[in-house]
Amino acid sequence: MQTNQLILLFSGALLVLGLIAFFMGRAKAAKVRASGTAMYAQPDQYAWFAALATAGPAVAVGAIGAFALLLMGAEIPTPYLLAASLVVAAGGMMVAMMQVRPDFHARKAIERTIRFVLAGAAMISIFTTFGILISIISEAIRFFQMQSFWDFITGTTWNPGASFLAAAGRAEEGATAAQFGSVPLFAGTFMITLIAMLVAIPIGLMSAIYMSEYAPAKVRTIAKPVLEVLAGIPTVVYGFFAAITVAPLVVSLAGMVGLEASFSNALAPGIVMGIMIIPFISSLSDDVINAVPDSMRQGSLALGMTRAETIKDVVVPAALPGIISASLLAVSRAMGETMIVVMAAGMRPNLTANPLEDMTTVTVRIVAALTGDQEFASAETLSAFALGLVLFVVTLTLNMVSVIMIRRFREKYRSNNL
Amino acid sequence: MRQSFDDISAQLKGRHRKSARLKWMSMGALGLAGLFLVFFFTDMLIKGLPAFQQAQIQVQVDYNEMAQEIPPAAVNEDVRPLVSRGYLRLIPGRMEDNPDLLGTSRMEWVLADGQVDQYLKGHHTNLSASEQAVVDQLASEGRAELKFNTNFFTRGDSKMPELAGIASAAMGTVMTLLVTLAVAFPIGVMTAVYLEEFAPDNRFTQIIEININNLAAIPSILFGLLGLAIFINFFGVPRSSPLVGGLTLALMTLPVIIIATRTALRSVPEDIRHAAFGVGCSRWQVVRDHVLPVSMPGIMTGSIIGLAQAMGETAPLIIVGMVAFIPDVTATFTEAATVMPAQIFTWAGEPDRAFTERTAGGILVLLTILITLNATAVVLRKKFERRW
Repeated sequence: MQTNQLILLFSGALLVLGLIAFFMGRAKAAKVRASGTAMYAQPDQYAWFAALATAGPAVAVGAIGAFALLLMGAEIPTPYLLAASLVVAAGGMMVAMMQVRPDFHARKAIERTIRFVLAGAAMISIFTTFGILISIISEAIRFFQMQSFWDFITGTTWNPGASFLAAAGRAEEGATAAQFGSVPLFAGTFMITLIAMLVAIPIGLMSAIYMSEYAPAKVRTIAKPVLEVLAGIPTVVYGFFAAITVAPLVVSLAGMVGLEASFSNALAPGIVMGIMIIPFISSLSDDVINAVPDSMRQGSLALGMTRAETIKDVVVPAALPGIISASLLAVSRAMGETMIVVMAAGMRPNLTANPLEDMTTVTVRIVAALTGDQEFASAETLSAFALGLVLFVVTLTLNMVSVIMIRRFREKYRSNNL
Repeated sequence: MRQSFDDISAQLKGRHRKSARLKWMSMGALGLAGLFLVFFFTDMLIKGLPAFQQAQIQVQVDYNEMAQEIPPAAVNEDVRPLVSRGYLRLIPGRMEDNPDLLGTSRMEWVLADGQVDQYLKGHHTNLSASEQAVVDQLASEGRAELKFNTNFFTRGDSKMPELAGIASAAMGTVMTLLVTLAVAFPIGVMTAVYLEEFAPDNRFTQIIEININNLAAIPSILFGLLGLAIFINFFGVPRSSPLVGGLTLALMTLPVIIIATRTALRSVPEDIRHAAFGVGCSRWQVVRDHVLPVSMPGIMTGSIIGLAQAMGETAPLIIVGMVAFIPDVTATFTEAATVMPAQIFTWAGEPDRAFTERTAGGILVLLTILITLNATAVVLRKKFERRW
């Protein structure tokens, strides 16, 4: 743990240097001011500038060095790197001391630095998106070098079983070649998403209508947070609930009407996922329904329409773009949902239209591929990234469409209100 | 076709009936959601509450030399299968810690085997008939009881359900969330301050904004793929560690904190900024001394909600390997650890009924913490909310 101690020592030295710079800067500025010269900034601001000039470049040098060490594999011994940073720190302190002059805008310099740092922080979210894109795409490309893209998109058999043998150089021992046809996975995802939407959209939308059009204020203040509780329950809890409580319930109910259901049927995770998404749809729909201008309701009621007719023929159609956009967001969320399906849906890729059979989904296979004891470079592990790429593209498209729709909706009614 | 007033009045009744129907239906939808919530919590309570009780039996424990070599020898043969094997294994260690014990023999309440526990709770077990008779005998003498399960809160994971506890996972959660908070809070607040107070309204700013909204909607499992490919494979952060889990969760929580902070900053009236600018503050001084202090409650509320969300997240952590089996409670950033949702996931996969109970018990603990966190956020908001 020598590096750890070195880094600790380095941080300590930097801190001390920064403090020295701070107090020296302030003392010098105070002296200049005491001599009667008018300065552009307060002594404290010169002090902060000195501290920033000392620590900032040193940290930057250290970070760049560490990056070079890690990325380019450059052979810079850590002690030299840290020593270099400290030298830079000392240099920064000297420059800062020379800058403590009456005609130097210390406050503006600080302001520029801070703006720069804040913009840097804002860039991190962009880096994250790129990080996701790069990590997924680069691994997915490795996968598609092994497997054909066309088979992946159109194949109907997902059987990665033998791929680890191939990765171990023992391909001939596998009874059958590994197959990566993703159609059954997407069919499973689609089926479970559909069930979830059949539960979530009617209940969520109706709840939103009740809360925004009928409910007295008192009911609304209670009902809204209660619904939000549904959204706050961790998905792993929903998964357990779906697997332990709902799935056996579905099996026995199906048995009562003479149908045979698997214990990892697609219905149970679908229903539970739908329940999880209810507050999502209801709160977004509630927002858009509230955004429909009251003048439209008044106009409709004045023409003699009943309340239900007003809601059905005026309010909901006006809010429709928003409702559709909320539903699209919900679909994207349902598709990416992992824990519920991992715990309650099946593992067997199964191309069927019967929700009582077990089906597997894209996210289940991603988890299965990455939690096995496989070599990272095996086709099965890499297939997770290919599936992730498709998932990313689909959810991103859904989100984009939904954002554009809601923006159109808002613009339309903003102009109406004026 | 002309309609008489009578026709229209007749229609009117139908229309009003339809109107009432919509009201009842929409009310029913809300009721259904509420009903589900009640059903869910009742189900979890029924399944999980027994986990907070654990069977103990009072038996004669002999601390002799033989027990040092073969721990089961410490208890009498007839009750030996009823005592938790995990508990027996601790006996030599206790004698080492406390040499005075050697050679003594006394009646003690000891942890019963998981099967005895299930039997006392009235569930099906695979205890033999004679063992069941012994347990019944002990119970009638008051020597077998369900007591509060302290092990559940003080011990780590175990393969034996009677010894399995949530403490190591809770510690892992704390360490992971510390990393998450340390990374996501400063970066999130800084980003929001930049976007709201500093950024010029140009293409670049718009791209960042769109990007943040997208990030909030990306499925969490993809963050796991990022953590695996970038943090673990590229930067070499140790797999399964709270460090990598916390970093992954931080990227996920970032959009939540940014959006909440921006809302809080936006609710600060312009007058305050103008007044501060008017007395000659620079932009940073305005933000630091005036805008941030007033908007702090909103920022805190948003961060707590984001943290609660991160706390319940499982999928990305499974991908970065935080589903390890951790029997010891250790505070570490770089060694393997597990978190509470992952622990729940692992237990849910165990076929043993006693583990199902543990799972539900763990869920109750997790839900309690989450509800407390969210309630804190609501109270904070209520208490410090300012109307301008």
